[in-house]
Amino acid sequence: MSGLYENEMKLEFVSKSNNEAFARIAVAAFASQLDPTIEELADIKTAISEAVTNCIIHGYENTKGIIKIVSKIFANTLEVEISDTGKGIENIELARKPLYTSKSNIERSGMGFTIMESFMDDVNIESVVGLGTKITMRKIIKKVDPQEEDKMLDVAELGGR
Amino acid sequence: MNSVFLERDKTLLVEITEEIDHHAAEKLRRKIDESITRYMPRKVVFDFNKVSFMDSAGIGMIIGRYKMVNMIGGTVQMKNVRTSIRKIFEMSGVAKIIPIIDIRAS
Repeated sequence: MSGLYENEMKLEFVSKSNNEAFARIAVAAFASQLDPTIEELADIKTAISEAVTNCIIHGYENTKGIIKIVSKIFANTLEVEISDTGKGIENIELARKPLYTSKSNIERSGMGFTIMESFMDDVNIESVVGLGTKITMRKIIKKVDPQEEDKMLDVAELGGR
Repeated sequence: MNSVFLERDKTLLVEITEEIDHHAAEKLRRKIDESITRYMPRKVVFDFNKVSFMDSAGIGMIIGRYKMVNMIGGTVQMKNVRTSIRKIFEMSGVAKIIPIIDIRAS
């Protein structure tokens, strides 16, 4: 197994909402060795934030549990596995549906999985009711030719940031 | 978050100054609702200039405030929304209900 990927990291943290920012920033820092664009990095951070939030409010329903992240790099692909040992998803098809939420009372939009799917190249959901959920996401970081990158940076600067 | 009420235009300007995720949304929601109830604005403008990150928690947060302002007969706008956040508003259909009033790069 270990010969298949070039780098790997593991994180374990308590399911507290202030760890959402910690998790996405940690994974983004790990991913940065693939030289992603600002946009790719924003996509990764958003997808991680969605998955970790799901563990906290759905998996553990705001009780204390452990969230585990394993991230690997293979060539130009980032793989991130986010898992909890919470209550699991009864109907994965339904959970994936845009705008479906089991928590509309707390203003959840039901867009979490839709965002993960559109911001990452591949999203896999494994879940067993009563045992937990594991989300595996992959994103291919495109190689940018240095001249194109300079142009993109110029545009970004003109935009004020 | 900072908010300013312009008495003459009955407009509430809400400058969001933090990353918007599930953790931040709860507190933001409370603070914004307080301002809305206090001023009963005719228009609420959310300024996203200092928002460097937002996930789907922002969708629920903004739509919830939109419903509230709508109920008291007001309108809502968003400005200075960067591309990564605009994508989320467009994908979820929020941008169709709440106008984003400028174009900004990155």
